[in-house]
Amino acid sequence: MKDEVTPMSRVIEARDLNLVFQTADGPVQALKDVNLTINRGDFVSFIGPSGCGKTTFLRCIAALEHPTGGRLTVNGMTPDQARMARAYGYVFQAAGLYPWRTIAGNIRLPLEIMGFSKADQEERVARVLDLVELSGFGKKFPWQLSGGMQQRASIARALAFDADILLMDEPFGALDEIVRDRLNEEVLKLWARTGKTVAFVTHSIPEAVYLSTKIVVMSPRPGRISDVIDSPLPRERPLEIRDSREFIEIAHRVREGLRAGHGDEL
Amino acid sequence: MILVFAALAIWLAGWALNMALARSWFGESRAGRISIALIFGGTVLLVWELLVRGLEVSPVILPPPSVIGGKIAESLPVLWADFVQTVLKGALSGFVMGCGAGVLAAILIDRSPFLQKGLLPIGNFVAALPIVGVAPILVMWFGFDWQSKAAVVVIMVFFPMLVNTVAGLQASERMQRDLMATWGAGYWQSLWKLRLPAAMPFIFNGLKISSTLALIGAIVAEFFGSPIVGMGFRISTEVGRLGLDMVWAEIAVAALAGSALYGLIALIERGVTFWHPSQRH
Repeated sequence: MKDEVTPMSRVIEARDLNLVFQTADGPVQALKDVNLTINRGDFVSFIGPSGCGKTTFLRCIAALEHPTGGRLTVNGMTPDQARMARAYGYVFQAAGLYPWRTIAGNIRLPLEIMGFSKADQEERVARVLDLVELSGFGKKFPWQLSGGMQQRASIARALAFDADILLMDEPFGALDEIVRDRLNEEVLKLWARTGKTVAFVTHSIPEAVYLSTKIVVMSPRPGRISDVIDSPLPRERPLEIRDSREFIEIAHRVREGLRAGHGDEL
Repeated sequence: MILVFAALAIWLAGWALNMALARSWFGESRAGRISIALIFGGTVLLVWELLVRGLEVSPVILPPPSVIGGKIAESLPVLWADFVQTVLKGALSGFVMGCGAGVLAAILIDRSPFLQKGLLPIGNFVAALPIVGVAPILVMWFGFDWQSKAAVVVIMVFFPMLVNTVAGLQASERMQRDLMATWGAGYWQSLWKLRLPAAMPFIFNGLKISSTLALIGAIVAEFFGSPIVGMGFRISTEVGRLGLDMVWAEIAVAALAGSALYGLIALIERGVTFWHPSQRH
């Protein structure tokens, strides 16, 4: 089925997207006139200070929030249709594993809900556990694992049902730098191996530049896109690439974009 | 007087022994904890026995444990019949029905904001009714036998169960619920796989509270009319005949039954909510 789709087809498309939250202090413009196209196989990072709407945009794609204006399509459908069609896997800031289920049980949960056969479930759980290098930990309970391992398990859970799109909301924000580097490398490998489209929210400039084919810089109040950078880095990226000239130049441009976004309100 | 001094001596000895045990490595083990509790209980009984005999307390005020034990031994068939009537028929059936109704009502309330506004206040209202007023009415409605006692128990346990379950159903984290949404889970899938398991610590709290309430309700309800069997019936008639040893025997049975039910629920709770931080070891 996948082969019939052209490689550059548009997976996520936002046109003049607006979202206004009604709060006790009056309306808050969380997203303003957001225009963005994400193509199949892209690795897109969203970076910006808190309140810039990067998480909100991701939640709109997932149909966990609903835009108040503009148009948003996911795989050509509305976000709600895409959610019911199980078009994406979502990885949250915290692992959010259910403590009464084992690691394998947690990964099996979406498969049970989606009605995969028992044999298929077991096969998929084993495969994704292997993919995130957690084979042998399936029978452990979440609280028996380190934070990094829990987050890997939550990635495995998002991969288990083979959605084409992976939405990741600061998945490594709570982890220390060494674990984060390792998981960044693993995510790149996963992406190369599975060919999924990834939308990745982060606070970290090096993380955004290292991972992405496209970097979306956002600025706050109201949340909007201030720069979109297409990365010239090759798809194959060893960790050392972070010391290269090109890498530093892109990081510089991201930093400039972030600073410009902040300048508006001063 | 010698007996009183003996009581004091035994009290001090038991205390010293338990202190020593609690400090030693044995006190940390399971067997150690159980023996400390047994030594404490035994000491209390012995001191009670000696004090009552030494101070020549009237058996109407407080009979010694040996007399109560003797009474229990000689009236086992009566105690068993009372136990079956009050605990098994009245309390347990009411407990099961009331707790089940509480959980079901909580799910209904959770499903519909209309019921939330209507049913919670009604539950609250019913819980505020004084049991000594409700029990005679229910005896009129459901007859002298155990059915009316079960009805009293249902009314007593329904509200704590309802409130605990409603709170429990809100206990899952937002992220956990969002995950369910991202998988396109329906209401019942999400209830069954996420919200009910997350509510279990609350539900078991409700069950534990209800287990003691059920016993109290079933016994007290018998004061307002019952066949000539039942723990409440026996207590009220024996008090009239100054047969306080029988009253104490019934109290002992009630205490044992209540502890056993509570312990059983706590045991099941450990199995079901092993994942909760309060149960992890």
